Amino acid sequence: MQQPLLSMEGISKSFNGIKVLDSVNFSLHKGEVHALMGGNGAGKSTLMKILTGVYTADEGEIFIEGKKVSINNTEDAKRNYISMIFQEFSLVPTLTVAQNIFLTREPKNSIGFLNEKLCNEKTKELLKELEVDVEPTDVIANLGVGYWQMTEIAKALSQNTKILIMDEPTSSLTKKETEVLFDIIHKLKEKGISIIYISHRMDEIFQICDRITVLRDGKKITTENCDEISMETVIQHIVGADLDKAFEWKERVYSTEGTPVLEVKNLASGTKVKNISFRLYPGEILGVAGLMGSGRSEMVRAIFGIDPIDGGEIFVKGKKCTIKDPVDAINVGIALIPEDRRMQGLILQHSVKENIILPILSKIKRGIFLDNRKANDIAETFVKTLNIKTDDIFKTVRLLSGGNQQKIVLAKWLANNPDILVLDEPTIGVDIGAKTEIMDIIRKLADSGKAVLVISSELQELLAVSDRIIVVHGGEVVKELKRKEIHSEEVLQHAIQGH
Amino acid sequence: MPSKDIKLNEQVKLQNSVSFAKRFKGVDWRDYIVYIAFIGVIIYFSVTLYDDGFLTTSNLLNIARQTAMISIMGVAMTFVISTGEIDLSVGSITALASLTAALALKAGLGLLGGVAVGLGTGLVIGVVNGLLITKVAIPSFLVTLGMMGIVKGLAMWITDTAPVPIVHSTFNFLFGSGDIGSIPILLVWTLVITVIGHIILKKTAFGRQTLATGGNEMAAKFTGVKTSKIKFLVFVGSGLMAGFAGLLYAGRMHAGRFTFGEGDELSVIAAVILGGTSLFGGVGTVIGTVIGSLMIGTINNGLIIMGLDVSQQMIVKGLIIILAVAFGRKTLKK
Repeated sequence: MQQPLLSMEGISKSFNGIKVLDSVNFSLHKGEVHALMGGNGAGKSTLMKILTGVYTADEGEIFIEGKKVSINNTEDAKRNYISMIFQEFSLVPTLTVAQNIFLTREPKNSIGFLNEKLCNEKTKELLKELEVDVEPTDVIANLGVGYWQMTEIAKALSQNTKILIMDEPTSSLTKKETEVLFDIIHKLKEKGISIIYISHRMDEIFQICDRITVLRDGKKITTENCDEISMETVIQHIVGADLDKAFEWKERVYSTEGTPVLEVKNLASGTKVKNISFRLYPGEILGVAGLMGSGRSEMVRAIFGIDPIDGGEIFVKGKKCTIKDPVDAINVGIALIPEDRRMQGLILQHSVKENIILPILSKIKRGIFLDNRKANDIAETFVKTLNIKTDDIFKTVRLLSGGNQQKIVLAKWLANNPDILVLDEPTIGVDIGAKTEIMDIIRKLADSGKAVLVISSELQELLAVSDRIIVVHGGEVVKELKRKEIHSEEVLQHAIQGH
Repeated sequence: MPSKDIKLNEQVKLQNSVSFAKRFKGVDWRDYIVYIAFIGVIIYFSVTLYDDGFLTTSNLLNIARQTAMISIMGVAMTFVISTGEIDLSVGSITALASLTAALALKAGLGLLGGVAVGLGTGLVIGVVNGLLITKVAIPSFLVTLGMMGIVKGLAMWITDTAPVPIVHSTFNFLFGSGDIGSIPILLVWTLVITVIGHIILKKTAFGRQTLATGGNEMAAKFTGVKTSKIKFLVFVGSGLMAGFAGLLYAGRMHAGRFTFGEGDELSVIAAVILGGTSLFGGVGTVIGTVIGSLMIGTINNGLIIMGLDVSQQMIVKGLIIILAVAFGRKTLKK
């Protein structure tokens, strides 16, 4: 066996006396793509922060090509050719691709002025190497998210990176962009660059990774070759206890007679939503499937009053209503759990409690004052019932994991007791454990008589919770399927692709 | 079993001590930098200027009188800055309001008339600011920068830069010159406005929604917060309080004058930021603002007693403000 490029041995780290990493070993070979998996709080990000010098380990050693190194800050990491591509990109949107790549390392001419030309030429070479179709002079803000990632990768390459860490690289990419990214990953492998790939998306990991390491509760559970382990086993390792058939669909009983709680007729909005009609009954979970750009998210925005409605009608409990802004939508009993929880769902610097009570401030007043005790009670109750992992209700939301943040967005709306819940990508960027919990919450809500609309690009998830699925393509509903009639993911996949 | 009980007791104790330690750890002294700095400034002047009468009641009450207008405008500005906006027009509004109130009193509209006209002046300008910012969607910095010039021009134009004396003694007593017992009425007004402001920001739905608007406008909108309405209201409040400060200048000086409140907008913003309100919105504290204002006032006062001339005062004041904010930064490198 050859000597690994990187080996981390016996890494331990504690915060405030709580051990978040417990003698973890991790190794990476030259040209390998190594998946790092685990639930929230498993220790993935802490381990990577130790590798990139954001934190220093309490115990343990790091070897690169057999030589012991100490990484105490991000500069040390750079010196050892380690780079990380963050979930939230670290690019300046107003600068060009080339300016971003060489930010702080700008090529200069003999009298110390910037040499734009050289900068652009070097960038062009890098982009050519990656076979990315972008000009060095393109301004970042004008490019799609997929290209931002390519720019990040090019930036890492320009620093002669040997170890590249990618944290949820595909979470904001379309399917096509993901394919391009995978091509690039293959090219990087051929160049001998090693990649640590952090993701919750199993199918991707099995598609491009060589080995998988699973962490749970700060301990390494296993490292296996990808072709020697099944997805089911990986899930079990991540969750720990036997995964209680989270993705299994159970037929639910509800009535589709009588008045639908929400009926949308020939809805049109902007250029993306052309003609959408559907009915949603109390106690029903209606799945909405469709590709990125099919108009499914725009449809939600129109129903919730964020984008103006250009045509069609919306009936709630049989009564026609005009929805001009989110306040109107909330007043008729609709709640939206938006796609981008950090931008649209939460006020990150505020506490768990403050976020949860925001939509119900008017209901917890005593005179003109807020009833603080009631507010605390409500927040405490939701933290308990939704199993939100936080020290207390006064903790800043920013410090919580994705899954727990999503539960807070849910709690926020449940506190308002809506009749219709619209969830746009409810489990995006959430680990498998929290995903299971969120799907259970959705089922329970429907059981209690609420009508739920779930929009998701993860078919597995849609198939697990939906009673019916409508497929949106080109701004129109092209198909409606009863869950009972869908016997495999392929059937749905075909419908979504528009044939 | 007794031994088990004891163990359990110990455990509970341990847990308590842990949570206490944690609570203590959770307190970040940087959140309280303005209070620490304020106490530091008082102690410093008390020691060095003791013989010059810094610590006398009359001098301390004087500081309260001098800072009242900044504090009161600061309370309203805390709301504006908490939504992530800014209001540069407050200084000019105090000047115009002092003049309109004085003219109304001169015209014989009586005490209530004078007060209503003064406050109304601030209110109307606040409404115009609010509408331009929320309906026409012009950044508040530009709207209020423009308004600062317009209002100042109006204040100069309305009486051709001549001051308007106020002889209404009840007005002068209530709005600036009076004392209740030995307590200056300006201190009473400051306390009243501070308490009201604090309660609105921390205890009402409006306050919570103000902070939410500044914290993440999009998320707040998605949650059903009428962010435009909130923004409109904070500018109306800011205009109204600037009008009120104009009345206080007028009552204290027994006149309306276009030079009142000159440069106040910057002192007010400094007090708000010094107090711990985030310039980017989402975090705000009314009490902090008032302490910030008192601190600036105390520094002014102490430097004057020390015998520093105006140029030196300005330099020292600027340095102290920058230092205080620098120490309060969370991003300060260790």
